[in-house]
Amino acid sequence: MISSYLFLLIGAVLVNNVVLVQILGLCPFMGVSRKLETAYGMSAATAFVLTLATGASFLIDHYLLMPAGLEYLRTISFIVTIAAIVQLTEMVVAKTSPLLQQVLGIYLPLITTNCAVLGVPLINISHRNGFVESLLFGAGSAIGFSLVLVLFAGIRERVDAADVPRPFRGAAIAMITAGLMSLAFMGFAGLDR
Amino acid sequence: MMRTLFSFPGGVKPDPNKEASARAFIASAPLPERLVLPLKQSAGVAPLPCVRVGERVKKGQIIAVAEAWISVSLHAPTSGKVTDIGAHPLAHPSGLPAPAIVIEADGEDAWRERQPLDWQGLAPREVQCYLQQSGVVGLGGAVFPSHAKLGGDTPTEELIINGAECEPYITCDDRLMRERADEIISGVALLRDLTGARQCLIAVENNKPEAIRALRGAIGKHREDFVVVTLPARYPAGSLRQLIYALTGKHAPVNVLPAALGVQCFNVATVHSIWRAVAHGEPVVRRVVTVSGNVRAPKNWEAPIGMSMNALLQLSEPLDDTDGLIVGGPMMGLSLPLTNAPITKGSNCLIARSPRLFPPRPPESPCIRCTACAQACPQGLQPFELYWWSRARNFDRAAEHALAECIECGCCAYVCPAAIPLVHYFRFAKGELAAAARERQMADGARDRFEFRQFRAEREKAEKQAKTAAAKQAAVMSAAAAPSEKPAPTPPSEP
Amino acid sequence: MDILTAIAVMALGALLLGAALGCAAVRFRVEGNPVTDKVNAILPQTQCGQCGFPGCRPYAEAVAKGEAEINLCPPGGEEGMRKLAELLGRDCVPLAETVKRAPKREIAIIDENRCIGCTLCIQACPVDAIVGAARQMHTVVEALCTGCELCRPPCPVECIEFRPLPETPETWRWPEVGFWKKEDVKPEMAAA
Repeated sequence: MISSYLFLLIGAVLVNNVVLVQILGLCPFMGVSRKLETAYGMSAATAFVLTLATGASFLIDHYLLMPAGLEYLRTISFIVTIAAIVQLTEMVVAKTSPLLQQVLGIYLPLITTNCAVLGVPLINISHRNGFVESLLFGAGSAIGFSLVLVLFAGIRERVDAADVPRPFRGAAIAMITAGLMSLAFMGFAGLDR
Repeated sequence: MMRTLFSFPGGVKPDPNKEASARAFIASAPLPERLVLPLKQSAGVAPLPCVRVGERVKKGQIIAVAEAWISVSLHAPTSGKVTDIGAHPLAHPSGLPAPAIVIEADGEDAWRERQPLDWQGLAPREVQCYLQQSGVVGLGGAVFPSHAKLGGDTPTEELIINGAECEPYITCDDRLMRERADEIISGVALLRDLTGARQCLIAVENNKPEAIRALRGAIGKHREDFVVVTLPARYPAGSLRQLIYALTGKHAPVNVLPAALGVQCFNVATVHSIWRAVAHGEPVVRRVVTVSGNVRAPKNWEAPIGMSMNALLQLSEPLDDTDGLIVGGPMMGLSLPLTNAPITKGSNCLIARSPRLFPPRPPESPCIRCTACAQACPQGLQPFELYWWSRARNFDRAAEHALAECIECGCCAYVCPAAIPLVHYFRFAKGELAAAARERQMADGARDRFEFRQFRAEREKAEKQAKTAAAKQAAVMSAAAAPSEKPAPTPPSEP
Repeated sequence: MDILTAIAVMALGALLLGAALGCAAVRFRVEGNPVTDKVNAILPQTQCGQCGFPGCRPYAEAVAKGEAEINLCPPGGEEGMRKLAELLGRDCVPLAETVKRAPKREIAIIDENRCIGCTLCIQACPVDAIVGAARQMHTVVEALCTGCELCRPPCPVECIEFRPLPETPETWRWPEVGFWKKEDVKPEMAAA
């Protein structure tokens, strides 16, 4: 029981990492990884939204849509829920750290359309996960996203200070770095079997 | 008595090269004709000149007086005439001139009246002021005013006398301990009484057995309980923080003065100069300077402050291929061309440079993060990280990696297999950080003044308005009181 | 029937979420724009007005609101622009044409032989760095002058000139070393 939950969690964090293996949520991954501090803020915000969205969408799906036979409304109702949670997060961020809000800029409201945030609830449903499993998978994905974003920001900051050949500077070397990280995360495949 | 020593991390063992200059007795340098005395010879604020051009001065007379607490007075090193007060070149990496007083010696070397200080009847504060007026600073190289170290709030537990002298080539403290151990021990006793220290430790590296013997002899003669601690020779054992850690196990971060930890640390030469000042009324006008390296007669010279470095070097007969000077030791010192810059209170060593003795550093190659520097760093830093961020001009990141804790001892650059001049990078980054802090401070001041100015303008406007309104009212009142007179002109309305 | 249920469910959801957001908006209300202070702290406070705003704070407000570019401050120069870009997470932009100027800080010096003591420059100085009185000679307090040049135009006898501060051993900084220098890298690198 416990071990199956643990496998689910570790699987979501490392093996099926939402960014590097499932290739979801790439725009904040590339967009706000320029500075470590920003990456911390973004990963915290996304992790919060992601976990909350998974729980909320499970409840909506199971107690509202499925009894009424309205499964076809899943996408739109999830999006609405996520949008509300993002708005809430933005208000909290604006109150606690206006600078972070400024720095995150458009990426904060864009969590709404972040494919990872919508994708994880949908994956949950297609896997027929229960509530606890859904939450664990959501939290695992959130941790995985945060981990990878912070790692990537750390690497990019170092690369910024390095002697990169001119044609590779900027976005190019970031893409290469992301690719190498993705390769590295493929090494976790098979860990949960 | 055996004492457990703590071992600081890192450190290196460069070739000491001390034998040559340690053999001969300290010789007195002949009096030069012209002495250049830079005003700023201590940490803190430069003293203000109190003599005029053309004025005759006696040896030991105050020529510039300290006006701040972290500052000491400056004295004439010989009798003569003040011929100039102005900018003169300095032994500084910038090569920029700095304000100095020039004295033409009259050859008599006549002292002003000297009186020993009856310090036992004085309050510690008065002794401190006396030391300040005697120009006593740390002669180990940091030139921090000694009086400012004394008299903290924390009671002193350990008084550490630094005779480690870990830098290669330098032997001035070694010779001083051998030849003037008596006066040093008297000075230690004086400092013990001033600080109220429970324990006095004199630290000497184990490569100076004669100095240790001389000190132990003097301690026995004075019937004192001072302990001479023999340190294993390892650079930088004589660095303040490393020495304190080695002897007491106390760790002093850069922003904490050792005094706050209950430790006072003085260099042996400083102790000697304190004793000369108190017991003989002699301010700091001379110091012992090691002249070594590419010279025929390496020796320690007792030279007047203000003597030209080149002139002092000539006394030791430099070889023909000498192409420059290192002021200070080869690890932390300053490489200069042959210069007439003056000896200051901080100059403990002149090394004649030659391509044979000091071959040029091979070209720098990329850092491969081998971490040899981290293993050598006595402060436990990661120089390769500091280097990475300093080079990228990301100084805030460098500061996060504790750049401020770097003591610029040069161990990292010494061991670097890629020949990266690491210390230079750190100095550069520190300079930029300090300049940014200065600018920030200036901008803050400017903003405050600007805001106050705006506030003042508002206030004046409000006052003016109030005045106009009052005048208007008065006019109306007077018009009502005397209707026969023609009405007072209405004041112009405010826009 | 089915469509009615769908509408009811969505309406209910919208109502609930709307109510929650409304409560949150009241609970987490923010007054003013606190970013302004951080921007203002980076600006050099010369109060020179060369950005087109009356002083550093108005410019900071405009930058914080996103109404002004970050490249308009001449005294801040390249370095200041980079710091603003870093703070706000914006891209580095080349300095505006109006802004290019010698980066070295210059300070005003009043030629005391020519000064007639009109006090016009004292009124013009935004940081109170000039002292003097009517028909008395004026002088600039070196340590306080920001070099904004606002005192130059009002002077009727043109006795104010601007000179860089001489370097002293105290203000001297170690030069950059190494086989690889950074200046050819920074602006476009941050454009990613």
